[in-house]
Amino acid sequence: MIRDLSYIDVLYLIAAMRWTLALTAIAFLGGGLVGIVVALLRTANWAPLRWLGAIYVHGVQGTPLLAWLFVFFFGLSIVGITVSPWLAAAAAYSIYAGAFLGEIWRGCLQAIARTQWEAGASLGLSTAQQLRYVIVPQAVRIAIPPTVGFLVQLIKNTSLAAVIGFVELTREGQLTTATTFRPFTVYLIVAALYFALCFPLTRWSRRLEGRLHVAR
Amino acid sequence: MSLVELSNVVKRFGALTVLDEASLSVEQGEIVAIIGRSGSGKSTLLRCVNGLEAIQSGRIVVDGTVVNEPGTDLRALRQRVGIVFQSFNLFPHLSVERNITLAPRVVKHMPASDARALALAVLRKVGLEEKIDAWPDQLSGGQQQRVAIARSLAMSPHLMLFDEITSALDPELVGEVLKVLEEMAREGMTMMLVTHEMGFARRVAHRVVFMHKGKVWEQGRAAETLAKPNTPELETFLASVLH
Repeated sequence: MIRDLSYIDVLYLIAAMRWTLALTAIAFLGGGLVGIVVALLRTANWAPLRWLGAIYVHGVQGTPLLAWLFVFFFGLSIVGITVSPWLAAAAAYSIYAGAFLGEIWRGCLQAIARTQWEAGASLGLSTAQQLRYVIVPQAVRIAIPPTVGFLVQLIKNTSLAAVIGFVELTREGQLTTATTFRPFTVYLIVAALYFALCFPLTRWSRRLEGRLHVAR
Repeated sequence: MSLVELSNVVKRFGALTVLDEASLSVEQGEIVAIIGRSGSGKSTLLRCVNGLEAIQSGRIVVDGTVVNEPGTDLRALRQRVGIVFQSFNLFPHLSVERNITLAPRVVKHMPASDARALALAVLRKVGLEEKIDAWPDQLSGGQQQRVAIARSLAMSPHLMLFDEITSALDPELVGEVLKVLEEMAREGMTMMLVTHEMGFARRVAHRVVFMHKGKVWEQGRAAETLAKPNTPELETFLASVLH
């Protein structure tokens, strides 16, 4: 049944953005938690911990996100474990985002001079206190622009969740195209909606980068 | 017993032996200037004293604590041994006050109000009370180094280590930092300082230690040793730095 594209379809597309945003939020939170662990592993003093972190990062960065979604959603159901799309998406995106955020944050931690650790240690601060009061506050400042940059990638990559049944923005666009047969207009609208999400973030990240030249 | 006792300390970085059976003791209240060419191991020796560098063999005892044992509480030791670095190493994200009070508050659990009074007191010693609310990047190199000294003093150390603290400063700023050291010397602080300031070493240090090839090559009372070196190596070194 082909019908005409109306403003109600546009409203549906806008409504579908909530799933894009929800997926992004889950991926970012889950990935952030994993990322903190990965960054700490990658900067650990004990070599086996660093290797563990490296294996994880290279393993995940060398495999497609789509594969992880399939593994958690279809793969587990084959061995008899039923996983809801939400849980599968949360797991796959956390694993994926954790590897990339972990690498970004590792770089930021390592960008802080070794002498800052030494200055903290020389005052009697424990390693955890050096991290908390000396290293992390400085690393966070450097980390914001690349983290926001990755967040923008993440928003766009949530479209992959359509394969396990999420009707987020891209999937909603496909459905709308199927009923109206107006792919050009529909996907232009979809693109515009992604742009409306990503562009402000990119601008914000640029602003932060500019402000970084100030020491505090 | 000496406050600092290093016996036959060996430190290697890979194949390179930086400290080769170095031995040195420092008494309470003594001011020891450590001189020598770059690469002679003098900075490494200093950094071994508060455990910043691990050693391969030998024994280091500081203020009753054996530094080079696996179970040693280095954090407790470092609260009693202050160190000031060539590159200041202030925390750029913290104000002068927070730089000084971070360790007293976090390590010694000092209340905030006492901490500010402490910051003022140690800043007075280095002549920078008015900079308590400034940020490190608003200060000159000499002022930053004086804040770094104040930050160490805030922990009330029994021993202060100075690692070429005037080497990164413009010549006209060296004097203000050395003045602070002289004041501390008058108050009886035990100090070990790696320095290139021979005039300062002669004037303020009780003893001069000349390091060469990772060993304590020659040592003695400052004025005499610098005027009449016993070894040709120290003679050559002094000739090269004084001319």
